[in-house]
Amino acid sequence: MILTSLEIDRAQFERATGWALKPQGACKGEICVPLMEQPEDIDATVLSERLGMALVRDEKHGVWALGSETIGRRALSTAEASDFTLPDWRGEEFTLGRKCFCSRGPVGEGVAGTCRSGRNCVKS
Amino acid sequence: MIDELHSVGGLFGIVNVPSGVWIDEEGMIVRPPEPAWPGKSMWREIIKLPTELPPDLDPFIRKSLDQAAKIKSDPAKYLAALRDWAAKGSGSQYALTPEEVIGRSQGRSTENSEAAAHFEIGQFLQKAGHADDAVEHFKRAHELQPDNWTYKRQAWQYVSPMLQDARAVYGTGWADEIEKFGAENYYRASDL
Repeated sequence: MILTSLEIDRAQFERATGWALKPQGACKGEICVPLMEQPEDIDATVLSERLGMALVRDEKHGVWALGSETIGRRALSTAEASDFTLPDWRGEEFTLGRKCFCSRGPVGEGVAGTCRSGRNCVKS
Repeated sequence: MIDELHSVGGLFGIVNVPSGVWIDEEGMIVRPPEPAWPGKSMWREIIKLPTELPPDLDPFIRKSLDQAAKIKSDPAKYLAALRDWAAKGSGSQYALTPEEVIGRSQGRSTENSEAAAHFEIGQFLQKAGHADDAVEHFKRAHELQPDNWTYKRQAWQYVSPMLQDARAVYGTGWADEIEKFGAENYYRASDL
């Protein structure tokens, strides 16, 4: 995850890493790691330390990158699949997630909030 | 779906292509990333390598073809397992428990995490027009996680999209690296 400062955009962090920032800490699947900080004090250094994510700096270009988490010492910390959103070949966003698959077409019933406007949510 | 930044690879621990991850209707991973083929061996059945190569063939291409021919794959076995799971769901012998899924996923060290960060900066700089600066980050990612072919091939393709002959910039390329690691190790051994 690329950063231009040590401040964290929570939504970007969650999308990029699959970790959700909750009151009880950083959570993925059934795992929650206490962050021991006030929400406003959570930055890249805190997440790097608590989740074992390398924090690498490129001085010349003024950017940082957070590497993948190492707690658990395995690539998968949980068997719950992280949601992810990617563009399809038309440039349209497609989400593969636990609640639904989002594709082209009208918004589906019941779970419309899961997909962006104009997207069809097909329950998985 | 197009994953320009290899974000899915980072989320699931994918280090080479083709790879497959089985995810059930509940969003649970039932097999972690592993070599996955579409039912045919690319080299033996789709490209159909000739048995005799021209004597004046470029040595790097010759080595690439020689090494590619040594890569082991078993598309039929993978496809049969996938069909079994599609038919039987959690009753399939190939569907793993959550503990097995986590345990069989790729190991992840602090070096791996640092490699991921360098790879990401490399891609960011490459896209921002700083190709020379990106190279140093890509090289560091390659050093830190040498078994990650995604990191290598993504960087090499900026130098040599087709042949992955990146010797001019990286001092190595696909044919050299696969020879060094052993073609039999190019893909993680299947436990299907």
